[in-house]
Amino acid sequence: MATIRQQVLTLYLATSALDSRVLGWSMYDGTGDQAHTTGDSDTPPYETGLDALRDGWRLLQLPVLIPPYPGEEYSTSFMKYGFVFEKLEDTGA
Amino acid sequence: MIDKQHLLNSQQMAEFVARGFLRFDELVPAEINEAVMRDIDRQAIKGAPAGTPLSQCYAGTALRHMLDLPAVQGLIQSLVGEDPLFDHDAIHVREPNEGKAQGLHADSIIDLRTHFDIQLMYFPHDVPLEMGGTLLLPGSHFRRVNEMDVAAYQNMRGQIAMVCKAGTLLALHHGIWHCGRQNKTDRRRYMFKLRLNPAVRQLRLWNTQDLEPDYQSQREIYTRNARDGGVQDILSRREPWFEAASGRLEIVNRIKLWRFLTGDNEFDVHYWLGRLENKPA
Ligand SMILES: [Fe+2]
Repeated sequence: MATIRQQVLTLYLATSALDSRVLGWSMYDGTGDQAHTTGDSDTPPYETGLDALRDGWRLLQLPVLIPPYPGEEYSTSFMKYGFVFEKLEDTGA
Repeated sequence: MIDKQHLLNSQQMAEFVARGFLRFDELVPAEINEAVMRDIDRQAIKGAPAGTPLSQCYAGTALRHMLDLPAVQGLIQSLVGEDPLFDHDAIHVREPNEGKAQGLHADSIIDLRTHFDIQLMYFPHDVPLEMGGTLLLPGSHFRRVNEMDVAAYQNMRGQIAMVCKAGTLLALHHGIWHCGRQNKTDRRRYMFKLRLNPAVRQLRLWNTQDLEPDYQSQREIYTRNARDGGVQDILSRREPWFEAASGRLEIVNRIKLWRFLTGDNEFDVHYWLGRLENKPA
C-alpha cells in the first residue's frame, strides 16, 4: 500500500484561458525520480495548458480572477495565471 | 566628472529601463580580475558602513581599480550619479556539486520607489553554463514582490543564465528577479556583488546628446515601421514571459520611469498613458 506518489506541475499561462501559451513552469516529483530546481530548463514542457491535459496531467487548481485592488490597477506583481496539475505514479514493485 | 564619452547613451538607458539590467562582457581586464580573485582567496575584501560615499571605499585595492575604470565610472554615474553611496557588498559563492539552485527572488525587501538602486554583479572568473552563474529574468524589476515570494517560479521564458568570461559586469535594477543557479562542477563559483544607492536625483545623468528633438513625438500606434531602435521602440518590446494583459502594464511602468529619468512628462509609448490622461474639462 501507499506506493502512489504525486507529481505536481504548475504552468503559468499567458491569459486566464487553459489553452493559452505557457510562460513559466515548475515541477516537483514525489517519486524522487527527478529533481527540478530554479533555472534548470529553457524549454517549457508543454506549449499550452491544454497540451498538459492531453498528456494525462489532471488539473488540480485554476487561478481565481480577482479585480485589481483600488489604486493598484496599474501595478504588476505575481504571475496571474498559474494552473496546477498532478499526475499519480505507482512506485510499487 | 567623467568624460561624456564614457557615459551610457540613451539607447542603453532605455534598455535598462525596459529590461532592468545592462550587461558588459569582458569589461574588466585580466590583471584586475586575477588580483580580485587573490583578494577573495585571502578574504581581504573589506566593505564599509552603509551610506559611505563610494569614492571612500576599497582604497588601494584591486576592486578600487575595477571601479575606477572609465567605463565602470561611466555606467555608475549614468545610473546613480557621480558618487553614489555604498550600501553593502557580498562575495556570492555557489558551492561545488550543489543539490539545487537558490530560489528566484528580488534582493532586499519590497521597494516601491521610482528612484532605484543598482547592484553591480562582477564575475572575476569564467562562468560556464554548468557552473551556476546568476539566473536573471529581464523585465521583472517593476513587479511588486517581496524577496523570495517568487521562489515558486522555477523557469520562465526569456530567463538568462549568465554564461560569461572573466571580467563581465552586470548592472541590475534593484527589483530584478534573479538567483544563483545550481553549480554542477567541482569548483567554487564566485561573484562579487555591490549595491549602490543614488545620492543625487536621477535626472538625465547619462549622455543625452543623442536624444533628437522629435524622439518623443507621438507615432502611429500600429505600424510595422516602428522597429527603429529608438527609445519608444526599445520601451515597447515585450519580454517572452510577459502575460498578454500585464505585459501592457509593464510598458506603462517603463513610460513612468522614463518620464522620471528625463523630466519629459509627455513622453509616451503607443499612446498607453496619453489616452488615459486625455480628460477634457
Ligand atoms: Fe540575490
